[in-house]
Amino acid sequence: MGGHAMFENLSHFALQQYWWIIISLLASFLVFLLFVQGGQTLIYRLGRNETERSLIINVLGRKWEFTFTTLVTFGGAFFASFPLFYSTSFGGAYWVWMLILFAFVIQAVSYEYRKKPNNFLGSRTYETFLLVNGALGTILLGTAVSTFFTGSQFSVNVNNFSQWETPTHGLEAALNVQNLSLGLAVFFLSRVLAILYFFKNIDNEEIIKRARKQLLYDAIPFVVFFLTFTVMLLLKNGFAVDPVSGVVSMEPYKYLHNLIQMPVVLILFLLGVVLVLLGIIRPVLYFTRSGDKGIWAAGIGTVLTVFSLFLTAGFNNTAYYPSTFDLQSSLTIRNSSSSHYTLTAMSYVSLLVPFVLAYIVYTWRAINRKKIDAGELEDEGHVY
Amino acid sequence: MEASLVDWSRAQFALTAVYHWLFVPLTLGLSFIIAFMESIYVRTGDEQWKRITKFWMTLFGVNFAIGVATGIILEFEFGTNWSNYSWFVGDIFGAPLAVEGIMAFFLESTFIAVMFFGWNKVGKKFHLASTWLVAVGANLSALWILVANAWMHYPVGMRFNPETARNEMMNFWEVLFSPVAINKFLHTVTSGYVLASVFVIGVSAWYLLRNRHQLLARRSMVIASVFGLVMSLFLVLTGDGSARLMAKHQPVKFAAMENLQDGQTNAPLVAFGILKSTSDEHKTEDFLMKIEIPNVLSYMAFQDANAYVPGIRDLIHGNTDRNIIPVDEKMVRGKLAVAALKDFKMARKEGDMMKADSARKTFEEHFSYFGYGHLNDVHDAIPPIKPTFYSFRIMVGLGMWFILLFVLTLFFVLRRNPVKRRWLMYAAVLSIPLAYLASEMGWVVAELGRQPWVIQDLMPTSVAVSRLTASSVQLTFALFAITFTLLLVADIKIMTKQIKLGPKDGGTRHV
Ligand code: HDD
Ligand code: HEM
Ligand code: HEM
Repeated sequence: MGGHAMFENLSHFALQQYWWIIISLLASFLVFLLFVQGGQTLIYRLGRNETERSLIINVLGRKWEFTFTTLVTFGGAFFASFPLFYSTSFGGAYWVWMLILFAFVIQAVSYEYRKKPNNFLGSRTYETFLLVNGALGTILLGTAVSTFFTGSQFSVNVNNFSQWETPTHGLEAALNVQNLSLGLAVFFLSRVLAILYFFKNIDNEEIIKRARKQLLYDAIPFVVFFLTFTVMLLLKNGFAVDPVSGVVSMEPYKYLHNLIQMPVVLILFLLGVVLVLLGIIRPVLYFTRSGDKGIWAAGIGTVLTVFSLFLTAGFNNTAYYPSTFDLQSSLTIRNSSSSHYTLTAMSYVSLLVPFVLAYIVYTWRAINRKKIDAGELEDEGHVY
Repeated sequence: MEASLVDWSRAQFALTAVYHWLFVPLTLGLSFIIAFMESIYVRTGDEQWKRITKFWMTLFGVNFAIGVATGIILEFEFGTNWSNYSWFVGDIFGAPLAVEGIMAFFLESTFIAVMFFGWNKVGKKFHLASTWLVAVGANLSALWILVANAWMHYPVGMRFNPETARNEMMNFWEVLFSPVAINKFLHTVTSGYVLASVFVIGVSAWYLLRNRHQLLARRSMVIASVFGLVMSLFLVLTGDGSARLMAKHQPVKFAAMENLQDGQTNAPLVAFGILKSTSDEHKTEDFLMKIEIPNVLSYMAFQDANAYVPGIRDLIHGNTDRNIIPVDEKMVRGKLAVAALKDFKMARKEGDMMKADSARKTFEEHFSYFGYGHLNDVHDAIPPIKPTFYSFRIMVGLGMWFILLFVLTLFFVLRRNPVKRRWLMYAAVLSIPLAYLASEMGWVVAELGRQPWVIQDLMPTSVAVSRLTASSVQLTFALFAITFTLLLVADIKIMTKQIKLGPKDGGTRHV
């Protein structure tokens, strides 16, 4: 591509790792941005009258596009870099993905249509759509990610055409305790993040008072489910890959080993967890001093934690999308990726990401300079 | 593969694509029209222009939301419903989808927030820049997805790798700058500009008929008819380009679109025709009646009135004089390629390098007909003729009508009182649904006309499909059919209400 090579000279494996890192980063930002979904499940809990609900919805409504676009980009980037995952998981775990998609389809119109006159379905329906998106979207995404550690039943043939081996096409994942724990952990985390986000962005005493009360009701179940997931993860057998032959086998305490053998990842993980907890605890103890800042600690903590979990799933000779039906069909970052050429080309495209982040931050700040109150909604040209 | 599974998967894809395409073209065109209007506002400082801009922006927002809602399904559907396809071409096809997300969707969604919420928060210039960036972002998303789509019609820049059993990208630039991709992009976005112009003119005409918002209506009409007229010229040019590329790269589609059964030199274009319904399983269609323009088809296809245009029979059964290989021979060669791939895999497993090498050679020799190895009957290679034939004529005919509409509205709005030409104003209102019709018909030509191929000559649709049960796909088909229809009704009701409310307070304020 360019005059002097930058990515061309990297080995295929180095590029695969680079792309796994990008996928992991996208996933971790996505989980952080799910605060929009969490907030959607709190509209009625925290907003007691129409003005309050509108305020909450408008505060979320300025961000929903980012979550949505991150999900879409996550899908596109996964397709481009690890197409075998895309074809195996999406075509196989059909129902899970279709339900996730459905939950996002109904979200996309709800903000814009909710308050418009003559909107056919009525505001309540659009608010219900937001609720469904908030609950289904978070729980199912968490469940789907957990299968990276628990495995699914599929096979891949010599031509790399894949086939799901259970008739439930993905719904079976919800029957596994560990998967469900992660799903619910993500659900409660998204609500915690939403509350912290409201502290920072809503100027309304009543809502904030209720949100402060609500915080622990979501934080405690989050911690319980997250601990359940983590303990099970550390104790379970994992899917190890022989780096030379590519043969997959079960290894006791594989994920614990991964964390120990990759100390940087372990540090990121611990740091992430501590930051999330700090983000929750400080506003509980000293609200007046730190209420505003919880979202930063918990947000960064979320990104670090999810990032390190993804690295644990894919690095250190681990199969990130394991098949419990046929171990040798399991997907690894080596056997499921795009060609060297495509990963190189895409790596050049990835250089745009810092620019994208820069203009996003710039415009966020231009728009979000101060908290939103009911008065502002009155002056604004566009209200959801 | 179960036949009804393939059909339901196709139906589901067609359903979701057709719905998505109901909203996308307006986004593509209206975003520019709004940007023109706001530019005039910033230049002149005339508050009326701001009101006009904000009015169309509200309609834009309503349409945009449902465009996004319908788009997300499509992106993931390649994986969920065309899983084998996703592997077979993912190395090439995935890249444009990813670039689209990184380059276009973020641009659009970031600056749309400024466009809607920034009027009182950022400066005029920054706001205007945001509006332009939304238009650029929307059109960039069209670029990347159309590059991906064009590649399916004309696969270039890649090589099949038997080790991984997939096509691998060799040259990104060849994929991006393939003539089919460039032409497709230009034709499709200009069709969006034309549709949006018709939309703006139609809504304005309605106001004029009602004697409301005269200033908004007239100003909008001028902008839209100039934009529409200029873009129509590009639309015809690039439409002609599409036809020429089709004649070159997808001759069967071209013959089907024209219902040209037997090849001929100095081939005439059927300007208008009615096909006899036949139950002939070989899909040959006779004309009940037709009006022909001599030589035009040859000229359209090869820019030479004397050129030979092959017909369906020639392309299916071969024509030795014209060096056309019959489909059954392609099927034989395709089956050789399929078998060679199997042998290659086998030899690799057994560690027999000699055998693997020779299998590879055989494979490469016949690879260009790989997809034909999966056909069962030579007639499978003929796309459905009727819908392709009619759709093309509807699209082109309406394209001509829109040009006339733009000329007339421009003339009357500048020179005379357009309200006196009530018939024209009614025609303008009625043209709104026609623009959508023309636009969808274009896709029917493109996508039905390429059957049975999902990737031209390399992969038939039936091989591409995910291994699901037909009933699963029926269920999701119903789910999306119902959801999208409800949302479409809501969209139309909200739109018409906003139009009725008019530009007061920018049109966004409401009860
Ligand atoms: C307002 C809509 C509209 C109008 C008036 C026209 N088109 Fe069109 N046409 C489209 C909207 C469209 C489209 C929806 O954008 C398509 C679908 C796929 C594509 O590439 O563009 C298309 C496809 C399409 C194709 C098929 C391309 C393929 O198979 O890949 C041809 C040959 C033409 N057009 C030719 C024309 C000509 C000669 C026109 C003369 C006026 C014309 N179109 C007007
Ligand atoms: C079948 C393939 C297609 C896929 C997979 C696809 C995917 C998507 C997705 C995921 C979105 C939502 C993006 C967001 O998060 O904002 C979207 C919106 C959009 N797409 Fe598509 N799309 C397809 C076809 C097309 C075509 C053919 C065009 C244009 C020529 C197009 C142009 C757009 C535009 C302009 C938007 C912005 C929102 C709107 O529709 O109003 N798409 N698409
Ligand atoms: C948004 C505009 C589009 C419309 C309205 C449209 C329309 C259609 C229709 C009518 C079919 C059904 C053909 C059949 O199987 O009988 C179809 C199939 C299909 N189209 Fe499109 N299409 C659009 C854009 C695209 C784009 C941009 C892509 C790829 C990037 C694409 C990929 C496909 C695929 C994979 C199928 C299924 C396989 C097949 O049946 O051929 N389409 N589309």
